[in-house]
Formats: sequence, C-alpha cells, structure tokens
Amino acid sequence: MNSVDPNLSLSCSNLHRHLGVGEGRVHVLKGVSFEAHRGQVYAIVGPSGCGKSTLLYLLGLLDQPDQGDIWINGQRMSNSLDQARTAARCANIGFVFQFHFLMLEFTALENVMMPMRKLAKLTPPEMAERAHSLLNAVGLGEKTQRLATQLSGGEQQRVAVARALANQPSIILADEPTGNLDVKNSAIVFDLLTRLAKDNGQAVVLVTHNPEIANRCDFVRPMRDGEFIA
Amino acid sequence: MEPASLMSPNLRIACRFLTAKKRAMLMSLSCTVLGVGLFIVTQATTGGFESFFIKTILAADGAMRVEDKIQDTLRSMSASEGSDFMVAHREGVKYIDGVEEPDLVVNALKQFENVSGTSAVLRGNIVVRSSFKSETAQVFGINLEEHKKVSDIEHQILLGKLATFGESPSGALVGKVLADRLDLTVGSPFILDAVGQLRRFRVSAIYETGIRDIDKTRVYVHMNQARSLLKKPTGVTFIQINLFDKDRAPQDAARMQEVLRHSARPWQEREKAWLEAFRALSVSSAITVSVFTLIAGLAMFNTLAMIVLEKTKDIAILRSMGYERRDITQIFLWQAGIVLVIGALVGALIGAIGTFAVSRIPLPINGIFKTETFQVSWSALHYFEAVLTAGIMVMAASIIPARRAARLEPGDIVRGTAQ
Repeated sequence: MNSVDPNLSLSCSNLHRHLGVGEGRVHVLKGVSFEAHRGQVYAIVGPSGCGKSTLLYLLGLLDQPDQGDIWINGQRMSNSLDQARTAARCANIGFVFQFHFLMLEFTALENVMMPMRKLAKLTPPEMAERAHSLLNAVGLGEKTQRLATQLSGGEQQRVAVARALANQPSIILADEPTGNLDVKNSAIVFDLLTRLAKDNGQAVVLVTHNPEIANRCDFVRPMRDGEFIA
Repeated sequence: MEPASLMSPNLRIACRFLTAKKRAMLMSLSCTVLGVGLFIVTQATTGGFESFFIKTILAADGAMRVEDKIQDTLRSMSASEGSDFMVAHREGVKYIDGVEEPDLVVNALKQFENVSGTSAVLRGNIVVRSSFKSETAQVFGINLEEHKKVSDIEHQILLGKLATFGESPSGALVGKVLADRLDLTVGSPFILDAVGQLRRFRVSAIYETGIRDIDKTRVYVHMNQARSLLKKPTGVTFIQINLFDKDRAPQDAARMQEVLRHSARPWQEREKAWLEAFRALSVSSAITVSVFTLIAGLAMFNTLAMIVLEKTKDIAILRSMGYERRDITQIFLWQAGIVLVIGALVGALIGAIGTFAVSRIPLPINGIFKTETFQVSWSALHYFEAVLTAGIMVMAASIIPARRAARLEPGDIVRGTAQ
C-alpha cells in the first residue's frame, strides 16, 4: 500500500484508541488517519484532551491502537510484536518530549550517544564524533561534558533535539517540544528541529498548543474530540 | 579506546543508576560484605576444628582398622524334594574376635595401592599400679617401627624419647593424663596387672594425643611383652592401617572386608558421631550467618524497587530510544550484579582477614583434641559457598523489581498513567 511512495515516512488509518477502564473508559481517538512525508513539518493542534498526544504515542509505537493500521516506512507496525516495534523506534523514530526527559546522571554528550549505543551501527569514536557534531549544531558544542542537571531548560531541550536526531531517524515526533520554554528558547528549539530535520529529509510531527509555532509548520492538522476536523 | 567505551550500554547505565543511589546501595553492599565475610569466617572455624579433630584422630588411631574375622554361617537346603542338588544360602554374619593370622592379613593389605602402612596391635585390659595409686587402663602391644607408619606417635611425645622406648624391652609409653594420675614421670617404674599376671615396666616417654580418652587409658608396650602379659602368643586384636588418600577409606574398607573376610572400619565410620556433630554445627552456623545475606537481598530489593519508581521516566525514554524490555531487565540485574561482585570481593577479603585474625585468638582446648588457639581451615569451598549464597539471595531479590521495570509501558509513563 503506502510503501510505493518512497517519500511517505509515516501513515496511519482509522486509528481508534480507548483509555481508562469501566465507567471511566473514554474513546480518545475515533478513526484518525494521517500521513507524514519526508522533509515536511506537521503540527497537530487542538485543545487539551482531544487526543493529540495519544495519537503521537501511537504513531511513535509507544502505545498500541485498539483498531486501525500504522505504517512506518512502508512496514505495517500496528500489530507487530513489542520487539519489532522497539527495533523500529530505535532505527526510524526520534522523540522530543515536553519535559526534555534527559537522563540526569549522564552528560549532554552521553545523552546524545545513548540511542547510537543501542543501534550500534557506529564505532564508539564515530558515535562520539557524531554526538559532538549534533551538539555543535544545536549550539552546545562547549557544553558536551556537562551533566544534564548543569544545563538550563532550553539547553536541555536542545540536547533532546540532538538526541532525537542521533540515529538519523526518518521520523521525528515531538510532544509540545517548546511547551516548557520561554519565547526565545521556543523559537531556537523549533528552528533547530525543523532546520535539521529538513536538511536530513526527515518527517517532523509535532503536537503543540502554540499557534505561532503551528503557523510556521508546513501543515497544520487541528483535532477535536479524537478526530481531525479539517 | 577508553576503558569506559568497552562497557555495554546497559552496564554503563546500571553503573550510573547505582552511583545515583549511593546510600541505599551502600546498605545493600555492606550487608553483602558482612554476609560473605562472616560466612567465610564461621565456615573456616567450624571446618578448622573439624579438620583438626580428623587430623588428631588419624594421628592416634590411623585411617582404618581391620579387626574381627568374619565367619559366614551357611545353611544348606535341597532344591526340591528328593533332589540331590543342594543350595547354600547365607543366614547372617558372625565375628570371631581379633585377627588370628596377622602376617597373612598384613601381606594381603600391602597389595592395596592406597595402603601406606600397617601395624598389628594386641590390646588388653589391665590395671596400672604405681607407687602412688592404681588405675584401670588398656595395654597396646605394638611394633614401634610399624606403628610409626600408621600414627603420629613420634610427634606426640611430651617427655622422654621414643628411641629410649625402642631400645628398652621393658619400656612403655604412657599417656599424659594417666601419668599425671599415677604421678609417673620418665624413668618411673610401674606394674601392669593383667589376668593375674604382673609385670614391671619403666616409663620411657610420656605422650599426649590431645584426646583425653586415649591419654587417660593407653599404655604402649612392645608386642612380645604384651603377648606375655596378656597370655596371647598368637594373633592380634586389630591391624591399624594408614592410607595415602584418607578420604577413600570407606571404599577401601568395603573392598578389604570383601577380600580379607575381616571387618574393616574406616575412620569416617569410627568417628561418625563427632563428624556429624561438626557437620550440624557447620550447617547451623551457615544458616545463622545467611541471615545477613538475606538482609542484603531485602535491602537490594528495596533499593531497586525505589530506583524503578524514581527512574520510570528514564525507563520510558530508554524504551522510546529502542531499548528492549530485556535491556531494562539487564540494567537492573547489572546493578544487583555490581553490588554482588563488589560485595563478594570485599567480603572474601574481609573473610580472609577475619579468618587469619581468629586463628590468632588464644583458645586452650583439651579433650577431643589439644589446641592453644582457634583452629581454622583455608578452603576455597568456603569462599565459593559464601559467594553462591549471597548470589542467590541478591539476584533472587533483584528479579522482581527488574521484571517490574521491564513491564512498564513507555506510553503509560509519558502520559503519566503508569502503574
């Protein structure tokens, strides 16, 4: 199906997801379909609780849909085993979360090298070199040996961007990547994310409440009550 | 390449998680160290006394004794009514006291490759009379040169010289306790009274085995003197045997019994009661000390469970980066493994130092053996058992939190709904 289009990194169709149990069970996603192409930046916007993040976690294979299909680079992943989904995340998907989620006991360099160590495609010196280059690209070349705790919020999020790009994934998924940053840092992080992703031909899907950020994306997909509305 | 870069990613993460929880990990580590160290020290001391006891009894009574002759009682019965064919079957075993033909038996014993020495011994009950008082005892008629090969009599001499005994036909070796009771010293005359026969002897030397029962009752004299005293011109009571490999005594005894048709008692059977007491003591001390490793296991469980709670976000980010469930399990098991390895190494070192220190503690014991200090045994098995016990406790306690961490769903954690 979608595998015929080489530019299509990610697609999903008719995704349904319920959360909660018993009387608290909510139908969060109601048959959502979506496509993301290489080199394009997509913003998913909408009010809190409309299902944006749930969709992002499903697309990132961190969660499994109750119904529907997810395709990553032409491979159907929605019903695959945990091991296959984990391998796909390692090779094809980079995440940026709202609260940066750096590992605090590690330096900026080590945090960026973490996904590379798991993928193990490069030698350790090559990993270090690539991590240095990514940190240079996000403007933290002088702070590679600093622990995550010794970096500001904006710097931590820039390290998270570098980490998301570490394995050269075809898809970058960002959940409110600027949600915890001031205006200046928001702009820096967004510019970095989109520039580096476009340079590398990566599809970027980001969830945001920030209309300024959304308006600077190539595509904006508003959501309400578990569905895209336009 | 830096040494750190040789580490697996999981081990690297485990090390950092560990150092982030220093205090809790030190608690687990100290319990592991204490458990391993104390296990080694207690096993070294109980094992030490057991080894010393075995050494003492082997030095006194040898590895084995061949004694009473076995006489099978056979009963014949006809195969069927009117048949001439008779079947013999064994009803039981009767023993005839002593060894009637010691030379033949000794020659046969020398064919066993594990036998390093034999000594024919004639034993009888006697009364020892000194100028001071009388004591009941047992006389042991021996051939000194033979007996030196099956006992440690040379090194048990406290006063006098063994050579004096060898040169003096009426010389005798008297146990220290008996000598003290009878107020005998080297050169003192005394009389042995057996079955109405009185003979005068002179103390050539006073020995001490450390086993009170022996030192209180045994008087060694030359074999010809014992024969004359006990009126037994032929035969001996038993043949004391020494072996190259003492641990093989039960197997050799079974073969000797079969071949020689004399009962053969290995030292393990002879001293069974004491050996079982030592074993019970060893097991009970091991169980008691294992409480420390149990506490180490509980502390490890507690620490890892805390880390799982505190590191759920890290687990989520690792999973989102492509780390598998088994990687997460490994990260937590590595943490337990690191504590275990450090605990085992430090514990083994402390155990070795403790064992050495204990071996220097003065502790005069006289009864079942004689020693002035704590006896310890240095055995790699103690270290292996200590590490194995700690390993089982610590790793078993780590499996539950490690599996719990691996089961966490990254989507639930990021959403904040992880259980």
